[in-house]
Formats: sequence, C-alpha cells, structure tokens
Amino acid sequence: MRTAVIWCPDWPVVAAASSAGLPVTIPMAVVAANRVVASSAVARAEGIRRGMRRREAQGRCPELVVFDDDPVRDARLFEAVAAAVEELAVGVEIVRPGLVAVPARGPAGYFGGEEAAAERLIDQVADRVGVECQVGVADGLFAATLAAHRGVLVEPGASAGFLAPLAVNELAQPGGPERTELIDLLRRLGLRTLGAFAGITERDVATRFDADAIRAHRLARGLDERPPSRRRPPPDLAISEELDPPVDRVDAAAFVAKSLADRLHAGLAAHGLACTRLGIYARSEREEELGRVWRCAEPLTPNGIADRVRWQLDGWLRTGGPTAGIRTLWLEPEEVVEGKALQLDLWRGEGHAEAGEKAGRAMVRVQGLLGPESVYTPVLGGGRDPAERVRLVPWGEELTPAADPDLPWPGQLPAPSPAVVFPDPVPVTVVDKTGEPVRVTDRDLLTADPATVGVNGAPPRPVTGWAGPWPANERWWAKETRCQARIQVLIGTEPAQAALLLAYHEGAWTAHAHYD
Amino acid sequence: MSGSAVTRAASLMSGAMPDGVGVASGLTLTSVDRERVLPVSQALAGLFPWGGLRRGSTVAVRGSVTVLLALLAEATASGSWAGVVGMPRLGVVAAAELGVAVSRLALVPRPGPDLPAVAGALLDGMDIVVIAAAGRLQESHARRLSARARHRGAVLVPFGPWPGADLELTHVRSHWAGLAKGYGHFHSRELTIAARGRGSAARPTTATVFVSRDGMAATPTPLPSDGVWPPETGPVPVEPSMVENVTRLRA
Repeated sequence: MRTAVIWCPDWPVVAAASSAGLPVTIPMAVVAANRVVASSAVARAEGIRRGMRRREAQGRCPELVVFDDDPVRDARLFEAVAAAVEELAVGVEIVRPGLVAVPARGPAGYFGGEEAAAERLIDQVADRVGVECQVGVADGLFAATLAAHRGVLVEPGASAGFLAPLAVNELAQPGGPERTELIDLLRRLGLRTLGAFAGITERDVATRFDADAIRAHRLARGLDERPPSRRRPPPDLAISEELDPPVDRVDAAAFVAKSLADRLHAGLAAHGLACTRLGIYARSEREEELGRVWRCAEPLTPNGIADRVRWQLDGWLRTGGPTAGIRTLWLEPEEVVEGKALQLDLWRGEGHAEAGEKAGRAMVRVQGLLGPESVYTPVLGGGRDPAERVRLVPWGEELTPAADPDLPWPGQLPAPSPAVVFPDPVPVTVVDKTGEPVRVTDRDLLTADPATVGVNGAPPRPVTGWAGPWPANERWWAKETRCQARIQVLIGTEPAQAALLLAYHEGAWTAHAHYD
Repeated sequence: MSGSAVTRAASLMSGAMPDGVGVASGLTLTSVDRERVLPVSQALAGLFPWGGLRRGSTVAVRGSVTVLLALLAEATASGSWAGVVGMPRLGVVAAAELGVAVSRLALVPRPGPDLPAVAGALLDGMDIVVIAAAGRLQESHARRLSARARHRGAVLVPFGPWPGADLELTHVRSHWAGLAKGYGHFHSRELTIAARGRGSAARPTTATVFVSRDGMAATPTPLPSDGVWPPETGPVPVEPSMVENVTRLRA
C-alpha cells in the first residue's frame, strides 16, 4: 500500500523547546538515563550525538540546554501535528510522537500527484503548528519512514531497490522492537546492507533466526512487517465507557485510560489476540467526535494501551480539541495479531504476585468509589521531618521518593519516629517557669527551659522532659523556611503522658507529631 | 496425626511466649488453624490466644497507634497486604521502623461517608484492614464489616472501640527513656498492653514490650553510645546554594 509518512525531525527536542518557550536556534538536547536521546540541529553541529553521556555533551557545548525525556509531553504536543495532517488526508495513524503515516492514494489523487501532496503536507504542518517536517512516500510503512528521513519519494514497486543500499542499522527504529543484537550479528556475518539481508531466502532466515528476525527480513525486502492475512478483529472486542461525570481533567483521564486498557487487553487475551493498531475515539458533551489511530510495531501490553489512551486524552484536553468534557470513550482494536508474544504473566509469580494482584484489584475498586486520588502507597525518601520523608503516591503511579534517602540529612530526627504525624501543625504555647514564652535564639538555643506546654488552647500541662533543639534551617536562601528548630517534649505525668514533637518557626510553636 | 499437630503447635507457641503469659484456652490449635493465622511480632504473640492474627477475626486496638503499626509488621513483611482506612495522620516512617513493609500498605486517608463501602472493598482483597472510624460508623455497619472479614478470611483491625471485637488490645501505660532536661532524645519506650476478648481470649493478659529504633522487642535495648545530644552527626554536605551561586556567576 502506498504510504506517506510525515516525519518531524528531533521531535522530543522540538516538543521540549516549544513547551519551554525557547527558540530552535539554541543548542538543545533531550536526555534519558543520562544519555542523549535527541538533539537539535544546532547541537549536532557542535558535535552532540545520540547516546552521548550528558556530561560529555555539556563539555562539548557548554551552553547546551538539557531537557528530561518526557513521552507524555512529546505525545501531547504532537496531537497538533496529527490534527494538521488530518485536515488534508484521511486515515491518519500516529506511529510514535514525531511520525504519522497516511495512505498516500487519497491526497495524491486530490492534489494531482504525490509530490504536490507532499509539498502541501509540509506547508500545512509548518503553517498550522510551526514545525519543520519531511515527507516520504513509498510502498509500506518501513520504506516510507526511511524515505521520510531522506525526504524522497520512492516510485511504486521500487521500495526494495530503495532499501537495498541502506545499512542494516535502519532495522532498529525508535519505538520499535530492540534489534541491536540482530544487527550486530548480521554485520558480523558480512550482511551490511538491507539488500544483502534481503538476498537470503526467507526459509533460511526462519531456520536460523527468531520470529523478530523474520519480520525484520520482510521489512528489508520492502514488504509489510506481517503478512497481509491479518485477522479481522471480531466486532465485539471494541469497548466503550460512558463517563459520568464527563472527564475534563488529565488525571481523571489517566485513571479512565487505565481501567479501559485493562478491559480491552483482557478481552483480546481471551481470544488469544493482541492489538497492533489501536483506535481511540471520544465524544464530548457537545457531541463532538474525536478519533485517532495509534500504530505500534509491537503488540500492545495493558500499560502500552493505557499510555497511548492517556497521551491522546492529554493531547485533546490540553490543546482544546473538545469544547466540553469527554462523555463517551471507546477503544477499537483496528488490527490484531496472535497474542503469543504477550504471555508475560506465566513466570512472574513468586507467591506474592497473587496477593499483590488481589490487593491491586481492591484498590482499583476503591478508586472507582472515591476517585483516582484516594488510595495511596507510601514511599520513604530523604528529609529531616517525619512528614517530609514520606510521599504518598496514588495507586497506579510510579513509586519514586520525593528526595534521595541516601543523602546525608544533618538534623534528621533520631529513631524511633512518631506514630502520628499531623498533616496540619497544631498551635501550642510553650512557657518557662516564670510564665514567659520560650523562644529560639538566632544561635538555635532556647531562651529558657520549657515548664508548661498547652496544646491547641487546652490547659497547659507540665513538661517532665525535653530534648533539643534540633536546628533545621532549610531553604533559607529561598525565604520559604518551614521551621527553624524542633524539640521533643514529654508532657503530663504517668499514666496520662504524651510525647510530642514541637517545631519553632517565626516566633511561634506548633506540634508536628505525636509519639502515640 | 492431629495429636502431633497439636504438640508442634504448642512447642512453637511456648518459644514465643514471655513468662507469665499462656495460651488462654490451652491446646486448641490445629495445623489448619496455624495456616489461618497471620504472624505477629514475637513480643506481641503472647497476647493472642492463637499466637497471631487469626484470619476472619476482628482485633480492636485502643490507645496507641504504635501498637497498631506493630501488629502489621510481621504480616506485611511476609507478603500480606494491609489497607488503612481513615487515618490521615499515620506516621509511615514509624511504621517502617517497626518493621512494616510500607510498599504493601494501601492508605485511604479520607474515605468520607463511603467508609463502610471502602473498608468492605479492601476486605475483599487484603489480608489486614485497619479502620479508624471513631463515632463515624453505625453499629450495624460495624457488625457487617466484622462478618465480611470472617467470610473473606481477612483480619479487621479497628482503631478504637468496636462492638463484638474478638480481641481488644488496650494501651495501658508508656514509659519513655532517653529524654532528660534538655539533652538526649526519645530512645526507647516501654509499653504495657492489655488484651481481653471473647471465647478463647476471655482471660485478660498483659504484655510489656519495648520500642526502640530497632523496632519492637520483648526485652529492653541498652542505651547506645549516640544516645546523647546531638543525636547523629554526619559529614557536612555542600549547601546546594553554593553550587547555584557558582553557576549563576559563570552564566
């Protein structure tokens, strides 16, 4: 099938720059796991390459602006490009953020030739979104993608010839399956071009390599990745969800995406299928219909489906696609393959997995009752106060601590820690034996020994023991200090004793925690 | 067959029992029962006639969150999940110090009026559900939740009074050590806990446990050498502000 691919070069950098409001003329790079994954043309001129370490890149180009990798941002901003292309062509499929494919026949016929259509597409994207793109037309998605990288139009039937002189490295495309080993092996075998690889018979490849290599071999021959006899999905595999109340916030959309993805995947798995092309459709409260097809090289996992749905909803909601909240959402598996490759669950269990899954289902049900931000799993991180060492992560999100627990935290309170931590500190009065309020001096010392402590207006109780103060002059440079010093006090007499953690900040004492 | 199981159960119990505390109802444990008991810390095992948290039971805790957290420690560490409903002030750091696997904690701090539904949903999927519902729950709801726990084989741990609890652990008194007038810090705490309940737990028992930075133990921990102020001195780190200033000057 004649396919036109619209490719925005360095999309992660373009997206990051546009969300940061920076011009493309300064050197920029996007870094994931300390390695450069994308760089702008200006940065490449300075010698920045993919895979380079962050420090090395900054060494070569000190004024380099570095962004963190963020697939959500990439996908969200790419929605505008997909929408611009859709104005000229039907059947738009997002392959990954930065790359859309459309069937070339329609626009080519309408605009009078593929070249004219390609020019219109480039102008359209530049006009509507203000980003540069390149267009390639060829038979099949793989050849068209490589043609887009080079900005060429390949004649019908000439795809194999176009691919033949290209290096085998091209088999590994970002977002596609990991083929480093295969490419390495082919090169050691002396098969340095796609043509040389394509020259081997399919039978020989099938007897010597794995299933992915057979797909790679089909690509090298200019064919589609999978044979055309794909199974048509049974119609009942599409699932839909009425959203009540309508969704207009991204976090709520993410929650919906997750439950829909699990349902879709379970339905497909029951038929032994997995999805390689996913249609995401939504209808807003004002009956506006939105739809987008995502194509994926590898069969989608539940998380993969959820990510794409979330990115798409994010893109629609933030670019103002619908003028009202989304009322109905439905997912259609547009193309399915045998789901053999997806049976990941078999070896995962070690006894705990079942308990974890049961617990997970219970938490999702509670989220269904109370909303996505209701069930939390705590993560311990670094910090000085018991409260700031804990981050509550809504169930389903990634468990990352707020601060590195392995750093030294001078002034951290010693264990045992309080069992009750007040989210909102309670005002207390601390006075010495003459009735004067106790304060903390600039040198972090108490003006007098505390004699009585009254909590939240209650009658003062005698102090039977106290320790501290532990100074904590945090973020003094930013003028947002949270507290200056903490003391532990034991108030009252046995058995009605209470042990409290008090903090002093700008002349006032508050109780932060109770050693209950 | 059943005789050997009882002996094994009894010998297992006696090792874990502090002096003066016995299994209230004598030898009533079978191996099936043991499988249905979630482990608790050795220091607390003597308070339970079943040597641990029996699945399907309701164990109320009164007066101390520390006792509540200590109950969860062994079970979560050995793979069970625990849900905590309605406790926005829970000290997670303290939980971790007492040995709770916080990655297997599910916190629902603000269940609102849906509290019975939320607790019910969690009872379906978790081994232990802690619920703090002081005065917010009708007695009929409370009994229904206890019945659900029994049906699902989960352990319901209400914080506060609970109608028809199988066992009630009450914090009697505490004594803190390590704190003086102006120096030291809370170093260890001696807790006295009383237990009484219904059926096999009808005979009241008490236990004294010690909480220190190493968790909960049946014997007191000696004061460490760093038990004096300042508590811990690490290397002084480079203030981030200095680094920021340098970069700003260069730019």
